Amino acid sequence: MSNTVKEIEILNADDAELMRISREGTLSLNLNEMKAIQTHFKGLGRNPTDVEIETIAQTWSEHCVHKTFKSIIRYSEDGKAPEQIDGLFPTYIQRATEEIAKPWCVSVFSDNAGIIEFDETCNLVFKVETHNHPSAIEPYGGAGTGIGGVIRDSLGTGLGAKPILNTDVFCFGMPDTPYAQLPKGTLHPKRVFKGVVAGVRDYGNRMGIPTANGAILFDTRYTANPLVFCGNVGLIPRNRCEKSVEPGDLVVAIGGQTGRDGIHGATFSSAELDDTSESLGSVVQIGNPIMEKKIVDALLQARDRNLYRSITDCGAGGFSSAVGEMGADIGAEVHLERVSLKYEGLAPWEIWLSEAQERMVIAVPPENLTELMEICESEVVEATVLGTFTDTHRLQVFYEGAIVADLEMEFLHNGLPKPVKEAIWQPPKHPEMPSRDREAKNYTDDLKRLLASPNIASKESVIRQYDHGVQGGMVINPLVGVTNDGPSDACVITPVLGSRKGVIIANGINPKYSDVDPYLSAAAAIDEALRNIVAVGGTLEKTALLDNFCWGNPDKPDRLGELVRAAKACYDIATAYGTPFISGKDSLYNEYRDTTTGEQRAIPSTLLISAICVISDIRNAVTMDVKAPHNLIYVVGNTYTELGGSHYFGIHGFIGNAAPAIRPDEGKLTMERLSAAINNGWVRSCHDCSEGGIGVAAAEMAFAGGYGMSLNLDNIPTGDEITADDYRLFSETNSRFIVEIEPQHRDAYETHMAETPIGCLGTVIDGHEFVIKGKAGHPIVETSIDALKSAWQTPLHS
Amino acid sequence: MTKPNVLILRTAGTNCDAETDTAFQLAGAETALVHIQNLISGKVHLSDYQILAIPGGFSYGDDIAAGILLAIEMKHKLTNALNQFVMDGKLVIGICNGFQVLVRTGLLPGISTSANGTSQMTQRATLAMNTSAKFECRWVDLETQQSPCVFTKDIKPSVYLPVAHAEGRFTAPADVLAELEANNQVVFRYAESEYPKNPNGSDADIAGICDTTGRIFGLMPHPERFLTKWNHPRWTRLADAQDTASEEGEGLAIFKNAVNYTKANLL
Repeated sequence: MSNTVKEIEILNADDAELMRISREGTLSLNLNEMKAIQTHFKGLGRNPTDVEIETIAQTWSEHCVHKTFKSIIRYSEDGKAPEQIDGLFPTYIQRATEEIAKPWCVSVFSDNAGIIEFDETCNLVFKVETHNHPSAIEPYGGAGTGIGGVIRDSLGTGLGAKPILNTDVFCFGMPDTPYAQLPKGTLHPKRVFKGVVAGVRDYGNRMGIPTANGAILFDTRYTANPLVFCGNVGLIPRNRCEKSVEPGDLVVAIGGQTGRDGIHGATFSSAELDDTSESLGSVVQIGNPIMEKKIVDALLQARDRNLYRSITDCGAGGFSSAVGEMGADIGAEVHLERVSLKYEGLAPWEIWLSEAQERMVIAVPPENLTELMEICESEVVEATVLGTFTDTHRLQVFYEGAIVADLEMEFLHNGLPKPVKEAIWQPPKHPEMPSRDREAKNYTDDLKRLLASPNIASKESVIRQYDHGVQGGMVINPLVGVTNDGPSDACVITPVLGSRKGVIIANGINPKYSDVDPYLSAAAAIDEALRNIVAVGGTLEKTALLDNFCWGNPDKPDRLGELVRAAKACYDIATAYGTPFISGKDSLYNEYRDTTTGEQRAIPSTLLISAICVISDIRNAVTMDVKAPHNLIYVVGNTYTELGGSHYFGIHGFIGNAAPAIRPDEGKLTMERLSAAINNGWVRSCHDCSEGGIGVAAAEMAFAGGYGMSLNLDNIPTGDEITADDYRLFSETNSRFIVEIEPQHRDAYETHMAETPIGCLGTVIDGHEFVIKGKAGHPIVETSIDALKSAWQTPLHS
Repeated sequence: MTKPNVLILRTAGTNCDAETDTAFQLAGAETALVHIQNLISGKVHLSDYQILAIPGGFSYGDDIAAGILLAIEMKHKLTNALNQFVMDGKLVIGICNGFQVLVRTGLLPGISTSANGTSQMTQRATLAMNTSAKFECRWVDLETQQSPCVFTKDIKPSVYLPVAHAEGRFTAPADVLAELEANNQVVFRYAESEYPKNPNGSDADIAGICDTTGRIFGLMPHPERFLTKWNHPRWTRLADAQDTASEEGEGLAIFKNAVNYTKANLL
């Protein structure tokens, strides 16, 4: 590759030639977009340079601009009149937040992360990103730079937040996949699992940020397209939440050097993978957490001394995207030869697009440059002045004195044609699974199988590799209970040491229900995230949400139809619960194509909901492990016959059709009353009732606390008539909890909960027996907590 | 009365500096977070401080081995200042990565004095990769030993603290281990020998050691992560969870001891 700039011949190109240029350049631009570029340059009477067309492709990529969520969608649903949706994002996500109108939302959807209020001096920022495509090809590097990237999102929000917590959610193929069944060119799920965990561990631990929340899910459809969600929470002074750029400010790059790594990451992740993707090594970035730590150390000092006016991270699209965004309203001029390079020989467009990690761009008033440089010198961080922000409303890029790109900001940011997309949704019909009450002697083995299924089984071997105590603010660990190994519903930290004000981070994710209805899957994800918040002592009133959609190819109407269903649920359920979205992200095109067989597979439509809640006094937090014998065990919330997409049906090879419905009115009342009961100090332990239903939740509470239970399912409150014991035991109805109440609080608790269905199932016992009786009064589960715990701990032990 | 001055040393990859800073402040000290560049350049003088704290983290990424690059830098670029600091009877604490640094500088188990009277910083022990071969984050029971360590004076016989490290297996040649035992230089031991109660496979279950004077102390567990009782991983199970009379975590005593010793002997 030479140091020269090439002209791209598009003025006279026909459609086929335009698409060839897009494909061969990994531009991921469709024909309409290529034509819009052609028209623009015809107006200018010249061809674009490679720097220019690459800049446009990055800026217009799905990854950077989220065009699917902004596009016009013609949506038709089985038996209903078609409707036109003018953008999923404004219609369902942004509108929900606007209508909920929480006064504590400081900044939503506009900066690199959402910002909410924390205390008198600080706010919190929260962002979750995905790094799926890179992690499929190079799990360690992909996942590490995923966490590195989202940390820079916090650092690039407002004038820079201090990163205080990481959260990570992974979706992998089944760990026992036979090698012969691996799709061509893909890595074994175990190798992806190991590499991703190691990548997140090494980056997060070295940065000194606790990784204290997460989830790991398994499904064969994630084999070729694993999902890696990385989130970061940051703490920022209240008077450092806004940014601006003035003409004359210097464009300063700070941090790592630029190399040929990660070029085309943005456009690569806006396309499907196939069995040749593994050869695209250069699209995966290389991480260096110590460099990033140095940047944080230097920038937070510069922030506190007010030395710069704006900041953003160099993520997808590298400098092209960072400088292009910062100067969008005024203009910018950059000189590429000033960029500090890892090695010689990069073409100008490569310097401009490189996604080399650990770089930030800041806008520095010239009078502050000396002081900034002094800080960087004392922290041994490189900082380079690349150019200036201007008032030309153009993005002008120079290389060794010659202009190599000259683009109008208006065309770059608003020239993208708004696509119209078709979406359809038709409810699937799956075989139903009958109750096994007649054939099954009891459900002890089913309960053990559920506890041992990889989605439910203990993730301790992973969690222990993450430093969750660094920064000193840990209050509720990810692992809790008498031997510190039970599954906590959420983590609680005090970001300001010495203060009792706390932050809860939780998540919800239920892709199995997407097989029945993505609406219910999204609704359940929100409900689950909120249950996890409430279960440790949080309230709906102070909770904000993040949405992360990972989907298949949205150019296919059925995949897009599923996305519409999920987005509708986001609006309906968030507004019903009064919990606003403050940030989100989407990763589409998670599909794999086998180029020899032509076989095409998509991931299950997967929505991750992350929740953040501020609590005023961490001393009111509770954990999920039972505390003492003779305490009473209650189910809170009605159970319905809802096993569609459940884990119980799953272990017997069924999907079913009745996925858990969402009843937000019931759910909201339940959660509000329970929050109050917890804050009144009546609840000794509380656990979210989700995957595996009452059976799994009760078992987890018992073995985490080290005491057995004696329960009777006759007493569970039900919303419909459920006669079958297995349905009662394993139904996954939303908005339910299991709580432990001391006998002396029984009356106060029951009176307080009068408007919410509750049922006392039995007691904690002074022993290790775990017995649940069914409708006929005979035991349907009869075992010991040791056997249950062993079933739960063994599968993912190493 | 003047407060003791604590220098909390930072460099690239240090990451437990803020909570170590909080710990010393809660204990009643004046603190300064100082990048090693500022000591090397002479902008800041070690002699202005009575306590040197080397916090946890991954100094220089723990490239080559944990703590080694910072140890080399200290040994070669701060030689005189460090020697003088120790000779003046001042206090040094290294936590986790800081312990690794102290062992690799030779400040622990202790500087030996050669025949011609010059002191030698020579590494005589090491903190090797955990026997589990991975990073481990967990709480451990520690047994406080009889030792001259000023940081653990009158501390409870058993202390509960978190560890979080990949390279924490203390190991040394038999003669060095014997010397440590003979001089009562072992300050903390993991309460039991088997994994994971001894989380890293350390020789003689060693979790922390001091030099013969008791003024230089290094340990793998993190006392700065247990400053209030709500840091305890099972505080929700403890009978006194809601009792506000004592909110102190077990880790704070170590920092208070350092402050008290300094007030009594060095100010």
